[in-house]
Amino acid sequence: MNNERTLSQATWDFFCSLKLAMALLLSLAVTSIIGTVIPQGNLAPQYLESIGQTKFRLYQALGFFDMYHSWWFVLLLAALSVNLFACSLKRLPQIWKVMSNPTLTLDEGLKKSLSTLATLKVPGSAAALKEQVAALLSAQFAAPRITEKDGSFHLYAEKTPWCRLAVYVVHLSILVIFAGAMVGSLFGFKGYVTIPEGESATSIVLRNNKPHDLGFAVSCDKFSVSFYDTGAPKEFKSILSVSENGRPVPGFQKVPIIVNDPLTYNGITFYQSSYGKVGQHSFTVSSPDGGNAVRLEIPSDGAAQLPDGSEVHVLESTQEVGQFKPGLSGPAALLEMHTPSGQSLRTLVYANYPELNRQAARSAGHPLFGYLGGNEKMYTGLQVNHDPGVGIVWLGCLLMIVGVYVAFFMSHRRVWVEVKDGEIVVAGSANKNPAGFELRFNRLVKQIEGELAPGEGK
Amino acid sequence: MTSSLLFNVTTIAYLASMLAFFAYLASRVEKLGLLGSLTALTGLILQTGAIGLRWRESYQMGVGHAPLSNLYESVVFFSWTIVLIYLLLDLRYRYRVIGAFVMPFALLGMTWAQLALQSGIEPLVPALQSNWLLYHVVTCFLGYAAFAVACGISIMYLVRDAAGAAPAGGVLASFPPVKVLDDLNYRAIMVGFPLLTLGIVTGAAWANYAWGTYWSWDPKETWSLIVWFVYAAFLHARITRGWVGRRAAWLSVIGFAATIFCYLGVNLFLSGLHSYGR
Repeated sequence: MNNERTLSQATWDFFCSLKLAMALLLSLAVTSIIGTVIPQGNLAPQYLESIGQTKFRLYQALGFFDMYHSWWFVLLLAALSVNLFACSLKRLPQIWKVMSNPTLTLDEGLKKSLSTLATLKVPGSAAALKEQVAALLSAQFAAPRITEKDGSFHLYAEKTPWCRLAVYVVHLSILVIFAGAMVGSLFGFKGYVTIPEGESATSIVLRNNKPHDLGFAVSCDKFSVSFYDTGAPKEFKSILSVSENGRPVPGFQKVPIIVNDPLTYNGITFYQSSYGKVGQHSFTVSSPDGGNAVRLEIPSDGAAQLPDGSEVHVLESTQEVGQFKPGLSGPAALLEMHTPSGQSLRTLVYANYPELNRQAARSAGHPLFGYLGGNEKMYTGLQVNHDPGVGIVWLGCLLMIVGVYVAFFMSHRRVWVEVKDGEIVVAGSANKNPAGFELRFNRLVKQIEGELAPGEGK
Repeated sequence: MTSSLLFNVTTIAYLASMLAFFAYLASRVEKLGLLGSLTALTGLILQTGAIGLRWRESYQMGVGHAPLSNLYESVVFFSWTIVLIYLLLDLRYRYRVIGAFVMPFALLGMTWAQLALQSGIEPLVPALQSNWLLYHVVTCFLGYAAFAVACGISIMYLVRDAAGAAPAGGVLASFPPVKVLDDLNYRAIMVGFPLLTLGIVTGAAWANYAWGTYWSWDPKETWSLIVWFVYAAFLHARITRGWVGRRAAWLSVIGFAATIFCYLGVNLFLSGLHSYGR
């Protein structure tokens, strides 16, 4: 029985201890490094080859490829939560007692424990002095509570006692943030959708590759991208409209969204994330002399195969080549070819200049291409999120910031005054920044002295 | 007058300030310490002007944005925040000699930026076109700067502590007592920690607003959290028996090393969402 008691007591003490808090914080700091060095999530085959089988199996077993969700990392976070909770629970009653049931009288023991202390000889009776000091404290510090004990009066005044709770607010805020993150992962979703210009989508693809029905339709009326003169991208913009049951939703028509300015409907938010082209280009392919001509369709986002095994894809296309090649006009496409032998080459294919196409084929020794034109559209890639936990996370962040500020920059300041006939003793303490409090305390004592004993104690 | 010229003058002012502090350290002539502080203040004013000028120049180029968008601009701003935090600490606590251990950080930043980094004004990529840029970068760097000052103070602590109880005179005699250094270290981190917290929160808010995810374990995010963990450990160390003093000073130095890795190492060695900081 006794042993059990000690064991549970020891376990409780362990979870309340500061040493555990230190160990957990430092362990979290050190282990977090792993996931910034080892790639997380979807791994590139080149990377897997570079580390070899043994390392791969080891990393896999230790959860290093998704370490922030691995059992041991989650366990560390859970232990931190228990630690926060336990030590707050252990210390709160003491703090509560200091706050709700303060020591109202300045007895000898308290005097000995306080270093900021002043004794003043002043004329007057205790009862009269008490009133004066109380009025002065109310004006200069805080309204005192007055207790009479053994013929003398004890005044107690305090400022911001609640700031002792700030540390626990910070601890609580971490638990609130964790709770918000959990709500988000249990009841929210993250996904992705691509919508070609002029089309609409009613479902998205979640991170686990499962489809998710939105319950409404989003259409991309237009997508545009603009560049700075330097060639760096300036703005990606989608014009989106929402309709429900086939009817356009008022207020959600032709809404422009750009990076840093998303659209939210029904708690689901659409973020501009990527873009590209869909559609296809048509070509004729023949031997360099023009024989064996066949039609070839190349999708915008893929490649087509030639009879000799080469792969061809379209790098760029234009309806008017004159802006790049002065003097020429009409459509053109830039092709890239990868031959089975590992060669790769690029060629510009025109719609209106078969002779130029023939020259290119002859000089580079590749098949003869002719461009018949393309039918392609821009599509917009949208990140789609629903996270009902975000509000809780922000609440946690707010608590943390306010808590940290109060915990560092405010202190519980207390002043006791013992008033006897002809003598008063002033004492004070602050739970933080003792040097700053001492200056304030000395000023207060000066004020009391000046008020009660003018001309004396100079 | 161009901002670039003014940044060069700033660099020279910081060099002069550092040398004055070194001379003060060696000679203990009070006037040299005052000279160090005043030169640092002059440098800070010049640099403030230069940053404002660069801001205006970007508008004249038609790509107007706060000068906080690439590595050069951030290093310059980092130097500015270090000197600002140091001077505030100096104003409040008046331990001039700390300047000898803090100004080198500011000088190093300015020298590196002026000599080795691309200083051209670039237009903002879409991801950075947001007011959050200002709040996020300013809070983070003020926090980093406070940690830089704390690191300088901790180095002083460790040097002073290693020298033993009785300073033999000379350079060490001008150091504040270890108790004071320990306290100043705590005070600098007390300023830095809330700012870092605010920096992480504004970063999360921005990420949520722009990408829909407030936290994605991106290397930059993770490293900022690592820094936060280290300083959280530091703050708890102060109330843990056996961790006050030397160990706390070491934690402060390690914390600043992690800060520097978070700021520079992540961009130079790891890939992620903050790639524009290269």
